[in-house]
Amino acid sequence: MIFLKLILTNLGRHRIRTLISIAGIAFSVAAMLTVVTILQGAIGMFAGILSSDSQAIVFERDVSDLFFSNVPSAAVETISAWPMVAHADPVVFGIVSSAGHPIITCFGVTPADARIHKATWLAGDRAAFGLKADDVVLGERAAQFLGVNIGDRVPIGHATFHVIGVLKTANGFEDGGVFMSLGAAQSFFHKEGSSSVITIKLKSKGDVNLFKSMVKGNFPNLIALEDAEFNRSYSQFKILKATAWAVGACGLLLGGLGVANTMIMSVFTRIREIAILRVNGFSHVQLGGMILGESAVVSLVGAASGLLIGICILFALKQVPALDGYIDPAIHPLILLVVILLALLTGIAGAFYPAVYAMRVRAVEALRFE
Amino acid sequence: MNTPIFTKHRDVVLRAENLWKSYDHGTIAVLKGVDLEVRAGQAVALCGPSGCGKSTLLHLFAGLDESDKGRVIVNGVEVNPQRNLLRLLRYEVGFVFQLHNLIPDLTLAENCLIPTVAAGIDRHTAQARLRELTERTGLSHRLNQRIQKLSGGERQRTALCRALMNRPGILLADEPTGSLDEQTSASVFALLLELVASEGVTLLMATHDRKLAERCDQLVEMHDGRIHELALSQ
Repeated sequence: MIFLKLILTNLGRHRIRTLISIAGIAFSVAAMLTVVTILQGAIGMFAGILSSDSQAIVFERDVSDLFFSNVPSAAVETISAWPMVAHADPVVFGIVSSAGHPIITCFGVTPADARIHKATWLAGDRAAFGLKADDVVLGERAAQFLGVNIGDRVPIGHATFHVIGVLKTANGFEDGGVFMSLGAAQSFFHKEGSSSVITIKLKSKGDVNLFKSMVKGNFPNLIALEDAEFNRSYSQFKILKATAWAVGACGLLLGGLGVANTMIMSVFTRIREIAILRVNGFSHVQLGGMILGESAVVSLVGAASGLLIGICILFALKQVPALDGYIDPAIHPLILLVVILLALLTGIAGAFYPAVYAMRVRAVEALRFE
Repeated sequence: MNTPIFTKHRDVVLRAENLWKSYDHGTIAVLKGVDLEVRAGQAVALCGPSGCGKSTLLHLFAGLDESDKGRVIVNGVEVNPQRNLLRLLRYEVGFVFQLHNLIPDLTLAENCLIPTVAAGIDRHTAQARLRELTERTGLSHRLNQRIQKLSGGERQRTALCRALMNRPGILLADEPTGSLDEQTSASVFALLLELVASEGVTLLMATHDRKLAERCDQLVEMHDGRIHELALSQ
């Protein structure tokens, strides 16, 4: 108890300094948590677009981005005929722009696609989709920010389309996207005779390895990946994840430097007290443990505060209409654990030098210190 | 392993053999070949002018400093700060300073319990010892007071309790009453002698106060880093 009290007493002596250190860790943790969670959510949503009602995805081998992938229509026909395939849906992805909205995701799909089938249609007739080349269906948010409704004509990119429906999905990308028929999208994006990907639903999940090997054998230029496998290996996702963690790590590094500064000042201003503890039998390990303990308390309180701030930020962002569907405030437990551990490690690393300094204090010299 | 030496002088608990100590790379010589023996249960006063080496000698006996030359033997074991300092400070030697050197943000009780925390003594035993010592020193009603609220005499009595918490056989006191007024100094010193006698502790005390020194069993006169005279008190 006294050991713990020594730790807490030391932190309480310079409350402002301690609070600044806690705030440093807290804001670092909040930044890391927010950035990582938002990006994970965005990645999850993008992955959700690909894996809609499917177990696997087929795309062109070695492309850096799915927007550049070209899967020939012949492959769709062949793969659809394989006995283990329940259905194969070609999808064209594209980015278009409209006045005031530089990036709108565009989906070219068949009327049988799960996105069209499973979405909630707020306006329009599902059966009308794909009947005419200049018809489009808008996600609810896209309809809002484009300021159009059913029956209107909307300029998108270099063409003008007729809005025949508005649908709502839980996915932010889809909700802010434009859906057109596969043929119209192929023509619009100059991808005649091909699609970006084929999403595959198998009759049995156990056939996935057989399916992958058949794709490899029959289409050397294509690759089939299970959805989870794709999420792990897609280079864009890797870059996004690495960026998120790097940004968070930089924040924590700054927080760690704050802790180091606090602990160095704390040790320097109580050299005499450290000497007293030494004369009364405290070992180097006990003294070092005391300093590291102080840092651990700062880090843990900072991490807890940071988690709270981060969660509040995520929920606040979730309420912003423009971001609706893009933010998933659900924090993965693994992210939570990693963030707390990183904060703790950062704090302890920051206190390492002060702890070593305290351990090396020569009592007889320090007792002369006024 | 430390092996006891001087088996023929079993009752010698503190022994300095030809101790030399200097500071600033040898430019300030503080101890110049000190030889001293203190026997178990004795109360020995080290007297001498400021800078004669009294405190340095005490620091060497407590293992807080290292000599340039010579040996320090405590309870028959040569003091080696790298090997046996913790055992020495936790169980064998208690130290009282001129300035009480208590931790101001802790209470009287918490300050006294520090040596028990360091030594890992169980809470029950530590509390019992705390009660015993604070009752004997008249501090039992001040246990939860912060140090800032204690008088000078109470602070020094607290320091005395802290030094004796782990039942050391030896008490080293460096001008323990040097910062107190005459009256308080006399009462604290009386308490010190009483505790030392009742606990069977050996006392080696540095002091300027010749009146107090003469109340010890032995008076050792130091001058210019050397021991000049050993005299039995009356």
